Amino acid sequence: MAYPTDRKYTREHEWIQVDGNSATVGITDYAQQSLGDIVFVETPKVGAELTAGKTFGTVESVKAVSDLFAPASGTVTEVNGDLATSPENVNKDAHGSWMVKITLKNPKELDGLLSAADYEKFVAEEAGH
Amino acid sequence: MRYLPKSPSDREAMLKAIGLRSVDDLFAPIPAEYRLTRDLRIPRQMAESEIVDFFRQRSRENGDGYTSFLGAGAYFHYRPVIIDSLISRGEFLTAYTPYQAEISQGTLQSIFEFQSMICELTGMEVANASMYDGSTAAAEAVMMAVRLTGRRQVVVARSLHPEYREVLATYATHQGMPLSVAPFGADGRIDLKELEAAITPETACVLIQSPNFFGTIEDVEAIAEVAHKHGAMLVVSIAEAVSLGIIEPPRQADVIAMEAQSFGVPLGFGGPYCGVIATREKYVRQMPGRLVGQTVDKQGKRGFVLTLATREQHIRREKATSNICTNQALVALMVNIFMTVYGKVGLKELAKQNLAKTAYAASQFAKHGNVLFSHTPRFNEFVVATSEDPYAINGRLLGHKIVGGLPLRKFYPEFGNAALWCCTELTTRSAIDTAVGLVAESERSVRSAKEEVEEVAR
Amino acid sequence: MKHTTRKATRHVNQNEGLIFEKSSAGKAAWKLPPLDVPEVDTAKALGAAERKDLGNMPEVSEIEIIRHFTRLSTWNYAIDLGMYPLGSCTMKYNPRVNEAVARVEGIANGHPYQPEKISQGALRIIKTLSECLIEITGMDAITLQPAAGAHGEMTGLLMVRAYHQSKGNARKKVLIPDSAHGTNPATAAMVNYAVENLKSDSRGMVDIASLEAQMNEDVAALMLTNPNTLGVFEQQIHKIADILHAKGGLLYMDGANMNALVGKVRPGDFGVDVMHLNLHKTFSTPHGGGGPGSGPVAIKKDLEPFLPTPVLVTKPDGTLGFDYNRPHSVGRVRAFYGNFGMFVRALAYIQANGPDGLRQTTEDAVLNANYIRKGLEGTYDLPYATPTMHEVVFSDRIQARKGVRTMDIAKRLIDYGFHPYTTAFPLIVPGALMIEPTESESKEEMDLFIEAMKSIAEEVEEDPQTVLDAPHSTRVSRLDETAAARKPVLRWKPGN
Repeated sequence: MAYPTDRKYTREHEWIQVDGNSATVGITDYAQQSLGDIVFVETPKVGAELTAGKTFGTVESVKAVSDLFAPASGTVTEVNGDLATSPENVNKDAHGSWMVKITLKNPKELDGLLSAADYEKFVAEEAGH
Repeated sequence: MRYLPKSPSDREAMLKAIGLRSVDDLFAPIPAEYRLTRDLRIPRQMAESEIVDFFRQRSRENGDGYTSFLGAGAYFHYRPVIIDSLISRGEFLTAYTPYQAEISQGTLQSIFEFQSMICELTGMEVANASMYDGSTAAAEAVMMAVRLTGRRQVVVARSLHPEYREVLATYATHQGMPLSVAPFGADGRIDLKELEAAITPETACVLIQSPNFFGTIEDVEAIAEVAHKHGAMLVVSIAEAVSLGIIEPPRQADVIAMEAQSFGVPLGFGGPYCGVIATREKYVRQMPGRLVGQTVDKQGKRGFVLTLATREQHIRREKATSNICTNQALVALMVNIFMTVYGKVGLKELAKQNLAKTAYAASQFAKHGNVLFSHTPRFNEFVVATSEDPYAINGRLLGHKIVGGLPLRKFYPEFGNAALWCCTELTTRSAIDTAVGLVAESERSVRSAKEEVEEVAR
Repeated sequence: MKHTTRKATRHVNQNEGLIFEKSSAGKAAWKLPPLDVPEVDTAKALGAAERKDLGNMPEVSEIEIIRHFTRLSTWNYAIDLGMYPLGSCTMKYNPRVNEAVARVEGIANGHPYQPEKISQGALRIIKTLSECLIEITGMDAITLQPAAGAHGEMTGLLMVRAYHQSKGNARKKVLIPDSAHGTNPATAAMVNYAVENLKSDSRGMVDIASLEAQMNEDVAALMLTNPNTLGVFEQQIHKIADILHAKGGLLYMDGANMNALVGKVRPGDFGVDVMHLNLHKTFSTPHGGGGPGSGPVAIKKDLEPFLPTPVLVTKPDGTLGFDYNRPHSVGRVRAFYGNFGMFVRALAYIQANGPDGLRQTTEDAVLNANYIRKGLEGTYDLPYATPTMHEVVFSDRIQARKGVRTMDIAKRLIDYGFHPYTTAFPLIVPGALMIEPTESESKEEMDLFIEAMKSIAEEVEEDPQTVLDAPHSTRVSRLDETAAARKPVLRWKPGN
């Protein structure tokens, strides 16, 4: 899997794509693969405050629940409503099926995140276990 | 030992195969100082005939042959014979939780039918596969409302079963859930003004019971309106399931916590019973307990599976909706068969008989004593206030092999000499007449004694 | 002409519909006696509270109900049919005398509020069972009120909290080994304790160094399953207890695996302060497709004031009764007195066994698990070589190379006539196969099981697809759980 280079990645397997002061957040293809068939995505409401490194929702498969960790702090401006009825979209296209859009509070936080190449290396190591 | 399928030579052969000399070697991991070197001090091994005899004797010491007027959360209804024939089938009795769907379709489909019928009867959209009992179901339903609203305060009706209130208090203690009580008025129902006063912007839910502990039917619609006006949810506990045959279900509730014991479950000195939670579809992810859902197999054939399991403890661990694991499956099957036997028409007729017996009993008692809340609609229980101590009355009734109503003083000191009486379809007119006669006799003698005293005083 | 017999999957008893689909107005399976009191005008008596319609409740006859549930029952596996080797679940034989005595009139129909004077039989049963369980566990007191194991855990932790509270500090957290049942952390959360994970050492036991490092005055208790979920007895149990007690903590034992210890060793003797039992595991009360259970909690003397109300007592006149005046009690955890019907069954089981029978039962359970371990070692990967008590945990490491996982092997086992073992638990063993035969299996049954497991391992090598597509012999196969969770259908409605 080639990871898009237009965004950054967390070690908890989220991606974040920045556009000026706002950003879009989702989970990576590796994450959707290890979870299996996703049946439910729980996202925060518009207006919710995210804190970098803290959970802001969950993704569920039939037999597992995974927390969503915020790659950066910010306020939720939009939530992907399609996921409520079609959670399978995350399996089909993880990098296209975003979960929330936020206004960034502190863009500097992004400096600590992984590039596509680094994330790919990180995932290869994790999978090797 | 007759339950163990091995001969001494089998054991020898197995030990040899494992490469051990004696059974003691198997227990070598246990530090020697803790190993028990004596027999347990428990009764000796008994023959089946002795065991049966032991329990028959206990049965004789346990109210066998008495006619009872007790209800209060545990009701004596007729149990169709086929319930025990069917639940005694080993395939139901000795099966585990249906995690392996392919070889558990019997249990799964029956639970799906159970969930469906509970929905029909309660007017709710989803119901779970069962909870321990009505009291814990009520506590869990309240915690569900706390999660859904993000509020923590809870208003509890004083007309809710006192032991249910105690259980809720235990559950709430360490959850930071302050409880306040909504009193009942002169009509035996929740006082709406007092209720509204008890609700705060922090109130997660109002918990009531209908028919309530005194058998009177709450004005659920009005209570729901008050609760919802303040953004609180309404949780309704139903302790007498047979009432659903003739009493409008609390459709305005957000969550219903039910005790289904009345549906074919033996009194059994208090358990096992069958709790169940029913609610709206939109709240299902915060509902505790197992759920069965319909799906298809790889050939497209209809089948059933446990579903939405991510709410549960074995997956979500400390973040689960509840720690409940084992529920009351076999008891839920009894309930399921009972609901199927009576069905759409039978449940109504059954409930009408309960209503008729109770109306008759209450009218007879009213001739000699004071029947409280008599202008409020009730189902199959009513409160009789007497001049004489109900414990004394019951002592006398016991001599006639009758168990009288439950003295209320223990739970409601303000009632003084009052007792909660219950009639079901199994209560005969002659039993009612005898009980009323005995109570009336004492009422007369108490009155005449009082008059004598007054005369002397004059 | 070649004649082949096809499996008749279209036979009616393989296609029993939902009960609603059999319903038709006017059919009935009930009959009430004539009313001996005046009828009631329901509209007048109830007003707006009167219910007019019972929705889509079914209307069927008695024979249809009998056939319906009997047909459904044949789609279930059961202990009565064969070995049910679910690890941690203890699927042992459910003696029928238990069922018979639970249905004796005065026991089945006793009302929980009937006067104590006419409840002596029920109270005697509670007392006798309590005494037996106290002796078996080596503890000082017990409550039978909790309705199941998880409910017992909650009750136990409530008492732990009350105990610490009485010393002035309720403490903040509970230590839970990574091999624990999911109920343990979920329970701790209900009692408002934070959960701190405790890791296992390379032998599958509590890592003593970690315990020492993590133990402090914030820790209320350690919740330990012993033997643990790997079927391993915590050999350092005295040290574990000492470490906890030295810092004022309590040792809570999850008694789910007590069937490995009865008559051989008593938790009260090795330092346990609080423990729950599962009467539906160790003491043979039926699982019934998921319940009812019963989860008594046994405790040491120090915790006695905190027992749930009411507590059974012997009165001065020698009769039994309940004491409700317990000012330090944690309160009530359930209405009435617990799942009394399960007490009856458990006591009948203890009586049928006696001290010698219970000990032999434990020995046979451990012998059986070790026999299976020996039989399958080499064929399946054994991640922990530590001695096995009542259950053994393998992993699917060898079979995973062919793309076959524990769940696939489990499903294939169904085709061989066995219920699957427990899959994917404990979590510390990736791809776990957790096998608990219990004492109820004969040598012949276990030989068949071992043979089946070996045969599946061969299939994995030669024809993995057969295993991946299993089961092949059941009415339905590999139900779509994803679809069930994405678009939940949780009740029947007309037309679906």
